[in-house]
Amino acid sequence: MRKVAIAEACMTRFGKHEKTSLELFTEIGLTTINRAGLYPRDIQALFLGNCLGGFGEGQAHMAPFVHSAMGLPMSSPAMRFECACATATVAIRNAALLVGAGVYDIVLAGGVEKTTNLSTSLATRTFAMASHAQYETPVGITFPGVFAMAAHMYADKYNIPLIELKKHMAEVAVKNHYYGSKNLKAHFQKEITVNDVLSGIMVADPLQLLDCCPFSDGASAVLITTEEKAKKITKKPIYIAGMGQASAGGLYVQQDITKAMARKTASKQAYLEAGIKPSDIDVCELHDCFTIAEIIAIEALGFFKAGKGYDAATKRHTYIGGKVAINTSGGLKAKGHPIGATGAAQVTEIVEQLRDEAGKRQVEGAKIGFVDTMGGDFGTVCNIILTA
Amino acid sequence: MESKLTFKQYQNSLQENRFLGLECKNCRVYTIPPQAVCRSCGSQEFIQRQVSNKGIIKTFTVIRIAADGFKPPFIVAMVEMGQGAYLMGNIVGIEPDSANMELIGKKVEIKAKLVKGDLYSKDIWTPVFEMISV
Repeated sequence: MRKVAIAEACMTRFGKHEKTSLELFTEIGLTTINRAGLYPRDIQALFLGNCLGGFGEGQAHMAPFVHSAMGLPMSSPAMRFECACATATVAIRNAALLVGAGVYDIVLAGGVEKTTNLSTSLATRTFAMASHAQYETPVGITFPGVFAMAAHMYADKYNIPLIELKKHMAEVAVKNHYYGSKNLKAHFQKEITVNDVLSGIMVADPLQLLDCCPFSDGASAVLITTEEKAKKITKKPIYIAGMGQASAGGLYVQQDITKAMARKTASKQAYLEAGIKPSDIDVCELHDCFTIAEIIAIEALGFFKAGKGYDAATKRHTYIGGKVAINTSGGLKAKGHPIGATGAAQVTEIVEQLRDEAGKRQVEGAKIGFVDTMGGDFGTVCNIILTA
Repeated sequence: MESKLTFKQYQNSLQENRFLGLECKNCRVYTIPPQAVCRSCGSQEFIQRQVSNKGIIKTFTVIRIAADGFKPPFIVAMVEMGQGAYLMGNIVGIEPDSANMELIGKKVEIKAKLVKGDLYSKDIWTPVFEMISV
């Protein structure tokens, strides 16, 4: 396998956008290509993540239309990836695999989503389509519901009073909004308090409104190429040191949903390939779709022991300057979660951190970064380790 | 390879309040709801069995903001059947607002109800859980 690098990574602001998905990705894709000093004709393939285009805009098969709008050569294929919330990370991993294998030299990968044009109930319905359509979705389970059940199971398994766990969960939201307030691309750029979280409306017991990430619009694109080409394009190439991806079935098969076994499997592959351990990571963007999701993730990724990660934000272990800086972009929680674009935006944050370009939220001297994206109800997990 | 228990047969069993499951010939683990291979060892060799309709609540939530087509609040739970398999379904017969952590570990009887389909799905029989009073 050839060494693979990221030459450039960009994202739109996340939030509410009037532009179409096609426009949003085209703009950010061209920005990425322009910043690299390249032309659309240089791109050899487009891997485009998108989940809900069929529902929000009546647009399936979006990739060839984006391809045309961007002026990519007809000989450079464009295709859509869909792995629920892990969509863009999976697109990036596949691009890196094919560049590594020598099939392509330069691939543009990323994703786009528009969710704010759906009503809350339709958005909730379409998100729930990523649960098992025969055995789980018909009982009315929602994504907040899945993580709410995980929170109750966590409290029971580790014998933590729910009221105490909820305060520590709220501290995760406080941390991520704090970093969101320092990120001009974030959907929410406002600090919040534990009290704000604990006084919000209940979405799915015990998750309240501010335990949940928002529905957002946005796009993000990453230019993946060889080490040699990346060095010509940029003074600060970022290298892909290790990757992993794993799959699991419905919650009825996973059973213990505090463990996220697919994440343990995927991250083990990534750590092994990179030859590093969790304690080597300086900065990590992980899948905090809900506050409890961050707690489950920091344990499954090996930063904290099982049952011991719940008070990490409270003890400031996951702030910059703590044990490991988690979600310095604001995470899905504050930066926003346009599902098909999320993974590429996580990669963008790590690229900025490793280039020392993260401004007010810079992790000083960050050299090794970790990307963790989870699709559906723990069904897909994709991890990428990046180095400066 | 022909399925030992199709989705349709499983649906019929729920409708008739008889729980059908698959016992693995290799490792004896039960796979319920059915799928092509054993959830534990991956074997394709199963014996179809009728199983007990009793279980224990492992976790739950009260859905208060629901997807199109559902009327909140309602309780969703995961229940472990006697054979070690987990089912997702709705706890019925208690007020959603009364649901709390004490539900976890409680025994339930598993029945089924028909959920009307919508634009994207057909009518489906799903598990419901009734508390067994001690």
